[in-house]
Amino acid sequence: MSSLGTNLACKPADYKSDIKPIWCPGCGDYHVLMSFTRAFAQLGLPPENIVVVSGIGCSSRIPAYTNCYGFHGVHGRSLALAAGLKVTRPDLTVVVASGDGDGYSIGGNHFLHACRRNIDMTYVVMDNHIYGMTKGQPSPTTEPEFDTALAPGGTGVRPFHPLVVALASGANFIARCFSGEPNQTAEVLVEAIRHPGFSFVEILSPCVTFRPDEKAWKDQVRPAPVPATSDQGKAARRLMTDDGFNLGILYRGDRKPFQSAVLGKAADWADLEKGFEL
Amino acid sequence: MGASPSISIAVVGSGGAGALTTVDCLLETASAAGWHGLFTRTLGPQIRGGEAAGLLRLAVHPVDCLPDELDLLVGIDWLNAHRFGAEIKCGPETLVISDPRGGDPPPAVTQSGARVFDIPMKEMAKAIPDGRPNMIALGIASRLLGFTAEQVFVPIEKRLADKGAAAIKASLAGIKVGFGAAAAVSMNKRLAKPEPSSARRWLLSGNEATALGAIRGGIRFAAAYPITPATEILEWLAPNLAKVGGLLLQAEDELAAINMIIGSSFGGTPALTATSGPGLSLMIEALGLATAAEIPVVVVDVMRGGPSTGIPTKSEQADLNLAIYGMHGDAPHLVLAPQSVSDCMFTTQWATYLAEALQAPAIVLSDQFMGQSRAAIERPADVAFIGARKVVEDVAGAYKRYALAANGVSPMALPGTHGGQYTADGLTHSERGTPTSGAADHLAQLDKRRDKLETFNFGDHWATVEGSGDLAIITWGSLTGAAREAIKRAAADGCKARLVALRLLAPAQPERLAAALDGVDRILIIEQTHGRQFHRYLRAHYELPKSIRVLHRPGPLPITAGEIHRTILDWR
Repeated sequence: MSSLGTNLACKPADYKSDIKPIWCPGCGDYHVLMSFTRAFAQLGLPPENIVVVSGIGCSSRIPAYTNCYGFHGVHGRSLALAAGLKVTRPDLTVVVASGDGDGYSIGGNHFLHACRRNIDMTYVVMDNHIYGMTKGQPSPTTEPEFDTALAPGGTGVRPFHPLVVALASGANFIARCFSGEPNQTAEVLVEAIRHPGFSFVEILSPCVTFRPDEKAWKDQVRPAPVPATSDQGKAARRLMTDDGFNLGILYRGDRKPFQSAVLGKAADWADLEKGFEL
Repeated sequence: MGASPSISIAVVGSGGAGALTTVDCLLETASAAGWHGLFTRTLGPQIRGGEAAGLLRLAVHPVDCLPDELDLLVGIDWLNAHRFGAEIKCGPETLVISDPRGGDPPPAVTQSGARVFDIPMKEMAKAIPDGRPNMIALGIASRLLGFTAEQVFVPIEKRLADKGAAAIKASLAGIKVGFGAAAAVSMNKRLAKPEPSSARRWLLSGNEATALGAIRGGIRFAAAYPITPATEILEWLAPNLAKVGGLLLQAEDELAAINMIIGSSFGGTPALTATSGPGLSLMIEALGLATAAEIPVVVVDVMRGGPSTGIPTKSEQADLNLAIYGMHGDAPHLVLAPQSVSDCMFTTQWATYLAEALQAPAIVLSDQFMGQSRAAIERPADVAFIGARKVVEDVAGAYKRYALAANGVSPMALPGTHGGQYTADGLTHSERGTPTSGAADHLAQLDKRRDKLETFNFGDHWATVEGSGDLAIITWGSLTGAAREAIKRAAADGCKARLVALRLLAPAQPERLAAALDGVDRILIIEQTHGRQFHRYLRAHYELPKSIRVLHRPGPLPITAGEIHRTILDWR
């Protein structure tokens, strides 16, 4: 979206609400919130023209912590709700926030179809490989051997590979970020929001309470060794073979976004009746 | 041979034999000539190779229900006709046209005392290049109903316009042959001529009427997931919403469909989806969200037989409990039910208006009987119900999305409105919208959402109330037409009864019902369910006289005017 310029007069604080965030101390999501407000400020968007839509889970608390319009809906359905909003209000900037349980498990089907539909919105999944809000159950990205009360000794099930799924399903922009690097994350979010069509940004966001091992992520992440590609074949190979810690924009497609409605033109339903007349 | 105000016919055949096309052409012919008519279809859930029957009732007056017995039954073939059982009801007065090559008529037909007359339709069709037996049947039926062959040419020519001259020629030849063959048969009944009328007339299905009503009420976005028998609503909306500056989006499932319309409505565009029982079950969680977050949406449920997959192609009224009680928590919302094909338009338009005015979800309970019937009707009157939501234009000071207004309706800020930013939430929230788990906010917002529905003046449209007498027939939905006709017949027997057909099912209107039942000491409840859901609903929400009888039956056999009539007479 070329109309989204940079407005130096906007500050991240303008995009923060006066509600104090409630997450565990040390949660990666604090930094994600910071990246959101930095990105919005950099884009210079009036806060009332942004809508942050979410589902249920720790990550989904984020809308109320912004000074934008927000929708904290039911579990797993944020993408569908956002689709209905964006196609009828193409003037708005729509950012969807989710987690690995909300987005990949209960909301998995909507993820596929949102990528495929390619509506111009940005989908941010804060991935901590665990259900945090319900106190530590395995999610679709949890390692098979990770021990939990619900799956003693581990699930034994192979984790889901969201970036590959996004590519195969038709997402137009795919990136991976780390919450501990809010500046780089904000820059990627700016690019994601500007990119036409469906942009998918996975943010590795550690759950320090139920996954203290994820504190080590800060030493594991690294910038992706090669720049973003627009070649789906190359992107597929990279995404399939990386270890999940390459950061940056990994795929930048050029599919035409979904054409939204032009609402509010001549709205005379009298003509519609003619088909019923004898 | 006296003239009768109404006449009824059914054409049956295997799926794909064209029985439904035949009946549709007869309806078009009759309605063009000024008659009223109702064409209902009954078929199995498969596309080809099953059973299909079209039932048509033509009359000089509006028709909202089926006849007790058929006057004419044409069997193109009888291969699967046994599956209809009692849905095709014959009697000694029925004339049956049967093709001896099409198998034997089922016992229900032969044991009814009906006159059976053989015409070899298949053989006659074979003699015509590209001839089809259903066109022979159309020719036979048109003569027996009193039309000329030329009259039924019109709908055929229209229908086959893009199939080419040869196809039209073959069909017209078939009609002529059938018309000639019917000269050897005579009907006991002749349809009276229609009264000349200057009223504009329409031919449409209940599902189409529902869709038009939605647009008239202000709906400009629809999310669609296909399901029988609601799909026609969505298919009509797809091109027609675009013509009025709207949009339909196909969803990946019903969970997405309901959330899409919530998103659209949150952005300020009135939105609808249409589904049937299985889909409504999936939508219930998000309907609770729309209730809590006060987002108006309209969900049309075209009811079919349940539970589970049930009978997808046939009617029942058994989603009532789900629509009224489905949501977890205390979740006041609107439930409405149209009463005829024509009323589908009004009720959906009114539902849209109410949802927008009250910032609450509305469930419209249509059913397969109305939804998939095509009717020739007088154009319904224009009504002024156009959705107009209370929104804030300018926000001064701190905006409270869920402010405790006197009537419970608080102005909504639409995204883009400066200073109106809030987060819509399914969590219990404060007036500002901030999540809370405090008792005071929980109670205040529960009260607010209850009061806005309970203090609203719904006016006279809450029910159809007609007639007088100490007996009241209380019913709802598509049974209204049968109940009305039964009351008329009972009156001719000197037995007075009044009709109370509820259009607004939630919120319940106990004071209005009490007034409608003034002077009533007996009620007869009519409903198309196995478990007496409507009876239980009435007992839960209203004061009722002690003397109650219930005439109820699950689908797919519609409760007929004749059955209601007999029940009234038996209860003298």
